[in-house]
Amino acid sequence: MAQEASTTSIVTFLTRLGDDQLVLGHRLSEWCGHAPTLEEDLALANMGLDLIGQARALYTRAGELEGEGRGEDDFAYLRREVDYQNLLLVERPNGDFARTILKQFYFAAFMTPFWQGTSNSSDEALAAIAAKAVKESTYHLRHSAEWVIRLGDGTAESANRMKCAVDDLHAYTDEMFQSDALTKELAGAGVAPEPATIKVQWQASVTEIFDAANLAIPEIAWPQLGGRQGEHTEDMGHLLAELQFMQRAYPGLQW
Amino acid sequence: MYSQGLIGADGTTDEDEAFLQHFQSRIDAEQKIEPNDAMPEGYRRTLIRQISQHAHSEIVGMLPEGNWISRAPTLRRKAALLAKVQDEGGHGLYLYAAAETLGISREEMTEQLLTGAAKYSSIFNYPTPTWADIGAIGWLVDGAAIMNQIPLCRCSFGPYARAMIRICKEESFHQRQGYEIMLTLCSGTPEQKQLAQDSLDRWWWPSLMMFGPHDSDSTHSDQSMAWKIKRFSNDELRQKFIDATVPQAEFLGIKMPDPDLEWSEKRGSYDHGPIDWDEFWRVVKGGGKCSKDRISDRQAAWDNGAWVREAALAYADKVRARQATAAPTPVAAE
Repeated sequence: MAQEASTTSIVTFLTRLGDDQLVLGHRLSEWCGHAPTLEEDLALANMGLDLIGQARALYTRAGELEGEGRGEDDFAYLRREVDYQNLLLVERPNGDFARTILKQFYFAAFMTPFWQGTSNSSDEALAAIAAKAVKESTYHLRHSAEWVIRLGDGTAESANRMKCAVDDLHAYTDEMFQSDALTKELAGAGVAPEPATIKVQWQASVTEIFDAANLAIPEIAWPQLGGRQGEHTEDMGHLLAELQFMQRAYPGLQW
Repeated sequence: MYSQGLIGADGTTDEDEAFLQHFQSRIDAEQKIEPNDAMPEGYRRTLIRQISQHAHSEIVGMLPEGNWISRAPTLRRKAALLAKVQDEGGHGLYLYAAAETLGISREEMTEQLLTGAAKYSSIFNYPTPTWADIGAIGWLVDGAAIMNQIPLCRCSFGPYARAMIRICKEESFHQRQGYEIMLTLCSGTPEQKQLAQDSLDRWWWPSLMMFGPHDSDSTHSDQSMAWKIKRFSNDELRQKFIDATVPQAEFLGIKMPDPDLEWSEKRGSYDHGPIDWDEFWRVVKGGGKCSKDRISDRQAAWDNGAWVREAALAYADKVRARQATAAPTPVAAE
């Protein structure tokens, strides 16, 4: 008989998952008005909206379960950098379009099977969030994978930019598959799949798309970890300074 | 390409008196003019000018509001603002597509925007220093845009009229969203209400200027009216906007920055003080606080995206070439 997960663990897990979606959604929203084509401007905003929407649902559910009166904005705007447990991958700056799209591809190639596995979660509220999110993530995966191929197999310049993006970001991918006491507890209770079990599917997606894009998967000498423990890159403080500006400058007001 | 196969797309039409009279009779009968229909060159040029400038306004208009997406005060506001700015991009897209039916490409229109050959609404050359500006833009700028645009849903050119129907629905939603931000600020602390007041002070006059010069000084109006591209004069629309908006400011409890604003029983409308047309022309000609920044932002997006667009084309060519090589040799039918 599966061990039930503690409420505190589920709250932490929902918050962690919300942080991933919010931070990447925020990064995508930074493109708005500046993308390479008008169609892509709409697509990046669309994916950003999906992710921000997922973060809202996850934070709201975390607040309800916790029962201390915290709502979505308390999670998003009133925590310190060290309290954010997002993957380092999602907080990395957008860089050029190749880097943005590769980041999206790596993340969506993980989240799509993750949401699939979570859509029959023993936690009904999370299962419902996952059932909606998997549709969105499937689109993000398709959209970003198409661009990885187009850019990798496009011109000499685009191929070189894709290669640089892979060299820069690949070291951040291992973090997605890390297990800790929390992921084990939740997997044991049937709340969410162990991230490590998703690695095979992720590798299959990346191999397939990289083959079509003429890209090689690099060896990772030193995986970059720490986001799940609140140990961030220097970019995170700046991201939060912008994200939280209004709530910090005018504390406690309704907007 | 939309422009292929259109009558007159190369700029030639046979415009004798009979042709012009026939065209005018179609307009007078409220028939929609469609891209493949014969039309006077002046009609085509006027529409290309107006629709492309409208599209550019949507695209440049993404920038002042985009300035607050990363700093929106709550997740609900952040999502709503991102969705709104995305809508503006969508409006730009329909409008460029409508203009393309008249025989101009999106690339040519973009070029005209970046070189300054085509204008965009000069309201977007004002800065958005505070969150309240997101409220004021929705309330006033989108409100003024709606006044201008609702009559365009009946414009004689079919693709433009149809694009405007959807755009107006979305703009109306944006306007209510902006007003709701103002209402929240005005029901908040004195500091929040002051943010709303400061923002109204900065956006009121530029919003009135959005309707263009007074009728007595408007160069394009008469012909556009005859062709039913335009249905009301600048001053008529401006007055409608003022009459609709003043009570809304009263409800918010903030004050219009016009000491001469007064209800006229005789006219059944508000009288207003003089508009500073020197400021209008200064901003139209490129002297707005953000004029240079807006164009350099668009230029940067265009330049930084060049390699992406080139790669997409190169990839499409490769795919086509591979398909051609892989295609089986056609066998003659037996």
